[in-house]
Amino acid sequence: MNTEPENASPHDDSRRTFLKQSTLLTAMALVPGPVVSAAEAKLDERVAEAIEQVPLSLKVNGKKLKLSVEPRTTLLDLLREQLHLNGTKKGCDYGQCGACTVHVDGQRVNSCLSFAVMHDGKEITTIEGLADGDKLHPMQEAFVKHDGFQCGYCTPGQIMSAVACVREGHAGSEGEIREYMSGNICRCGAYSNIVAAIQDVKKGGQKV
Amino acid sequence: MNQFQYSRPTKQQAAIDAVAKDPNAAFIAGGTNLVDLMKRGVTSPQKLVDINRLPLGKIESQNNGLRIGALALNSAVAEDRQVREKQPLLALALNAGASPQLRNMATVGGNMLQRTRCAYFYDTTMPCNKRQPGTGCGALEGVNRMHAIFGFSDKCIAVHPSDMSVALVALDAVVQVSGPKGNRSIPFADFHRLPGDTPEKDTNLAPGELITAVDVPDGPFTKHVHYQKVRERASYAFALLSVAAALDIDGSNIIKAARLAMGGVAHKPWRLTTAEQMLVGKPATEETFRQAADVAMQGAKSFKHNAYKLKLGPNAIVQALKTAAAA
Ligand SMILES: Cc1cc2nc3c(=O)[nH]c(=O)nc-3n(C[C@H](O)[C@H](O)[C@H](O)COP(=O)(O)OP(=O)(O)OC[C@H]3O[C@@H](n4cnc5c(N)ncnc54)[C@H](O)[C@@H]3O)c2cc1C
Ligand code: SF4
Ligand code: FES
Ligand code: FES
Repeated sequence: MNTEPENASPHDDSRRTFLKQSTLLTAMALVPGPVVSAAEAKLDERVAEAIEQVPLSLKVNGKKLKLSVEPRTTLLDLLREQLHLNGTKKGCDYGQCGACTVHVDGQRVNSCLSFAVMHDGKEITTIEGLADGDKLHPMQEAFVKHDGFQCGYCTPGQIMSAVACVREGHAGSEGEIREYMSGNICRCGAYSNIVAAIQDVKKGGQKV
Repeated sequence: MNQFQYSRPTKQQAAIDAVAKDPNAAFIAGGTNLVDLMKRGVTSPQKLVDINRLPLGKIESQNNGLRIGALALNSAVAEDRQVREKQPLLALALNAGASPQLRNMATVGGNMLQRTRCAYFYDTTMPCNKRQPGTGCGALEGVNRMHAIFGFSDKCIAVHPSDMSVALVALDAVVQVSGPKGNRSIPFADFHRLPGDTPEKDTNLAPGELITAVDVPDGPFTKHVHYQKVRERASYAFALLSVAAALDIDGSNIIKAARLAMGGVAHKPWRLTTAEQMLVGKPATEETFRQAADVAMQGAKSFKHNAYKLKLGPNAIVQALKTAAAA
């Protein structure tokens, strides 16, 4: 199932399509001229052949994968572009917003600031891997219950961080939660509801 | 981003050889600084040597101190029981830096080698002697709010951004390195450099030298410590200025030993030894701390946009010492 909170309502499908299209348009606008003409001349394929690929074993959301990856692929780009796990978001791409937060061997990290090949042999959990089949993770439920998101863009990263925050034992007080969630920026300002959701999960005492 | 060759050696010597023999090669640890700089085109190594398979992540007690492996994660060091008991100042400084996610990737070695956050250094369309020697310094006449008040030159006025390093210089840490010519130890105070005429060199590491560990000697600074970080937001921002303070106070409130260092004021973490000496033998009072702050700020000079640091500095020092004394 798709566990992205932004898919909670049926309207969101069209918005998703729109978001995808507009992202694509922006991306095209940003592509420099020579790259476009190289692509037209199919030069990109030849470039791709020349790039050395490095073998990479990963376990992603419980599935063992044997991959071959170009070294400059970030973990974020591998997840989104090659594995099509689009739940993990690209916000700033420079470690500043937390939208790309995933768990590596159970620890939360920003997937935009490391190369995928550096995680050889590791276990990666993304927002898609958090739910237990059709059953939402308690943190996902708490975010829905407490209106922990508005546009939803930051939500997957927030939830991955929130789960880690509880697991690390840093959800003791509102102040501590705010400090330990400070690496996740929300442009919509859903912070107080996010704090409430985390406190709820913490108090519930469920295993997260 | 440029293409690069990638290797992940399991032997320390192989890693050192790979970087020592090739001026375009670099070690990569957590990647949180290097990947950022590569994405922005500030640096473009042709060969990356991933050191994560080397066994350099341990934190252990030895020789009257703690030896912290270069690959120990910032989060692991900050949470470590021995570090919290023996060197709480280090834990405070680490937790004041970056975000929990970044601290889970950032290593001790990488943290002290992170490069300046000077905006002109990051902007490849601007002149910068550190990024491209000889092109000039954009900050000198530009927006220099974040820049140095001590030890700068007319070639570069950038500051070192690491919080951890401010605590390490105060705690008399020693950096252990291994290189093509063997092993050596570098006192933390001599590790980073002032800009002089070669601001492109941040440290005294020789090409190919690998940091293997940082040693922090045991000392009396287990209780009265504080790391005061002044930044534009409540958390998760680089310091405008920071102060690491550690005091040893006897039963009658007399200071037996003191350590004081500042971040965000110079090209290197800035130890305030004259102020430290002045504090010893004095009562731990606000009056004493004020005097120490005055001594500490002697010789500070500001630029157009960072004059506020001349006022902020002494206040932050007094606050840090007061909080440390009360701890
Ligand atoms: C958004 C953001 C906010 C941040 N905020 C703060 C902050 O408030 N305070 C703070 O202190 N830091 C902050 N940081 C910086 C962060 O702490 C550093 O990027 C990190 O500590 C670097 O460690 P690393 O292991 O990722 O280094 P890498 O990026 O892997 O390496 C950095 C440099 O060190 C070299 N290197 C690494 N290990 C070794 C070794 N063992 N021997 C020799 N050379 C080595 C590499 O070649 C490279 O040149 C922030 C970073 C980001 C992205
Ligand atoms: S202050 Fe240093 S890093 Fe900044 S632009 Fe000038 S030379 Fe470059
Ligand atoms: S996308 Fe990684 S932190 Fe913003
Ligand atoms: S809900 Fe919109 S960015 Fe957080």
